[in-house]
Amino acid sequence: MSDKKPKNVFREGPISSDFIGNSIYKHQSKTSIGAHNIFLGQVRADDIDGKTVSAIEYTAYEDMANQKFHEIRESAFDKFDLTCMHIYHSLGSVKAGEICLFVFVSSPRRKVVFEALEYIVEAIKADVPVFGKEIFEDETHQWKVNS
Amino acid sequence: MHIRIKYLGQIVEVTGKEEETLEVAGGQVSDLLDVLNSKYNQLKNKDFQIAQNQELVSLETELTGFEIALLPPFAGG
Repeated sequence: MSDKKPKNVFREGPISSDFIGNSIYKHQSKTSIGAHNIFLGQVRADDIDGKTVSAIEYTAYEDMANQKFHEIRESAFDKFDLTCMHIYHSLGSVKAGEICLFVFVSSPRRKVVFEALEYIVEAIKADVPVFGKEIFEDETHQWKVNS
Repeated sequence: MHIRIKYLGQIVEVTGKEEETLEVAGGQVSDLLDVLNSKYNQLKNKDFQIAQNQELVSLETELTGFEIALLPPFAGG
C-alpha cells in the first residue's frame, strides 16, 4: 500500500494522544494485521549549563523533508513486509513532555515491525531536513543537533 | 542566472532572512558560497550542507539555476 506521491507529514504543534489513539482505532478494520509497533518522540526537558529546555520550535525545509519522508516510506515498504505505515512530525512549538514524532508500522507478523520501526526512525533522524530550536525557561535558546 | 536561496534553522540568524534571490554568473556551488561568505561574514563559522533542487550537493556541483538551500544539522524527531 505504498503511495506514489509525497504526503504532507507535518502537523502544526504537538501530536495529541487523541490523534494517536484514533490512529490505532482506525486499524481495527484491517484484520490481516497481527502486529503494530509505535515510536513516539517526546520533547525532553534537558538541563544544559544550569538551564532547562521548556520547548522545541521545529522548522523544516518542507518540500525536501516531505520528499525524504516519502523515500524512507518507499524504502521501508521495499525492505519489510509491512501492511501500512504512518509518519507524523510536528512543526512549530512543542513543549517538554509533548509528542513531536509519531511513527506507526503494521504487519501480519511481529518481528517485521520491530526491525522496520528502528530503520524508519533512524532514517528520519539522519536524512530529513528538520531543525529544532531548544527554548529555555529564561527565553534564551540553542539549536538542537541529532546525535 | 537568478538563483533563489533558502536559509533554514540557525542560518537565518546569520543572514537575517529566510530567503532571497541572487544574480550569479553560474559556475559551481563553491562560487555561490564565496558570494554568500562575503555577504554574511558569520556564515563561515556555521556548519551546514547545501541542497540544490532539494538534493544534497557537493561544492563542485555545477549550479543549474534551481533553488539552493543552506541546511544546518538536522534535528528531527
